[in-house]
Amino acid sequence: MWDGEAAGAALPVVLEGFGITLLATVLGFAVAAVLGLALAVVERAGPRWVAVPLRGAAGFVRSTPLLVQLFAAWVLVPKLDALALGVLVLGVHYATYLSEVYRTGIDAVPRGQWEACTALSLPRRRVWRAVVLPQAVRNVLPPLGNYAVSLFKETPLLSVITVHEMVHEANAFGSTHFAYLESFTLAGAVFLLASWPTSLLVRRLEARLAH
Amino acid sequence: MADLAFDPAGHPFESVGHAPASTGLAPASAAYAPGSAGAVPGAGDSLAGSAGFLTELRGALPRLADGLLVTVEATALGAALALLLAYVLGLSSRSARLPVRGGARLVVEFLRGTSLYVQLFWLFFALPMLGFRLEPLACGVLALGLNFGAYGAEVVRGAVAAVPRAQTEAGIALSMGPALRLRRVVLPQAHALMVAPFKNLLVQLLKATPLLSLVTVPDITFQIDQVRSATGSTAASYLLLLGIYGGTAALLGLLMNALERAAKARLGQEGGV
Repeated sequence: MWDGEAAGAALPVVLEGFGITLLATVLGFAVAAVLGLALAVVERAGPRWVAVPLRGAAGFVRSTPLLVQLFAAWVLVPKLDALALGVLVLGVHYATYLSEVYRTGIDAVPRGQWEACTALSLPRRRVWRAVVLPQAVRNVLPPLGNYAVSLFKETPLLSVITVHEMVHEANAFGSTHFAYLESFTLAGAVFLLASWPTSLLVRRLEARLAH
Repeated sequence: MADLAFDPAGHPFESVGHAPASTGLAPASAAYAPGSAGAVPGAGDSLAGSAGFLTELRGALPRLADGLLVTVEATALGAALALLLAYVLGLSSRSARLPVRGGARLVVEFLRGTSLYVQLFWLFFALPMLGFRLEPLACGVLALGLNFGAYGAEVVRGAVAAVPRAQTEAGIALSMGPALRLRRVVLPQAHALMVAPFKNLLVQLLKATPLLSLVTVPDITFQIDQVRSATGSTAASYLLLLGIYGGTAALLGLLMNALERAAKARLGQEGGV
């Protein structure tokens, strides 16, 4: 059954993989946050001939599996480093989710704010940068946090394109030492220990922003 | 189970057949299989290539149908289990009794906090070491059901909480019992609120099913990957696969929209016939 010795040996290996997992999470979410915001603004304020096809493409990416997208990108873009490619695909996939989040945030900015900008004849650029986006992003911080946690839990997918993140390491350790039970249980525990406090934090943020 | 030598980096079903041919990928990719069938990205999709692809595709149609059936089966069974679990956990986490409520919360947090991928691999690789061996498809359905059930529990809990308190009070005033109140007053109204979030979860669940191909379940991803290996038409194969998932997701969306209209119609709300 449970072998304490194997678990002790697996722990450093799993934790080393956790470093890559964290790196992929942070970089992936950074790509998603920036690209998602750009998507939301262009879909809303860009010219129709850009906005309409972009919305269609984003919808397609959103409704197809990340795993298949990773396979496709891995085979079709052979020159890129695995981690970089994984981060990009993860980032683009989540950008299509986040653009919807930003969109609801932008919609929630009161009409009066836009009208005040018009009354002051602020340039469009400034309206977005100084008035609308700061309010919109602040309102959607909790859902953004939830998506960050969810992205974190999807990073194991990168193992299929040879990124040596935590689940990849757990699997490798499990197969060489015949200790799947210990290695995968530890990986699950690390996920739980990392994601639970984060989602509690997000919930507190939500409560604080609610009033 | 261990001699299956699953290697996530090597898409297990690939290791059965085609020897990896160098595609100019990074050295680490030697172990990686998709794209290994001599597919020069882009070049395999020339006119000659696509003719071969179509012929191969026609020959593979029965297998593709099987694969699609497996995907639909995994989605349907996973969703059924998830729905059941969502109701049990969601209603329990509104229980007046602390042990029930606390227990449900713990289970939900546990299932949400440990990644779906870890859960699936745990069921497939670690559970046999404890003496329980499940069929690959059963592992997949169980993992999908448990994970999405926990997310669904939050939906059920939220929807029930969103039904105005006065509705429950009116039920009490009419001396309805708790079960009757839940069944005839609260849940019908909560259902209408649940359908939209459940639609998102269902599409998410469908999009998680290709994971099952990693634990040797012959779903549509598995089958199309076989076609891709045989023809080398990488772009065409994956585009087709993405299209199938996108189309299925759209169909599920239409189905759920109809359900939402029906739920609202029963309440006499807008959108009903």
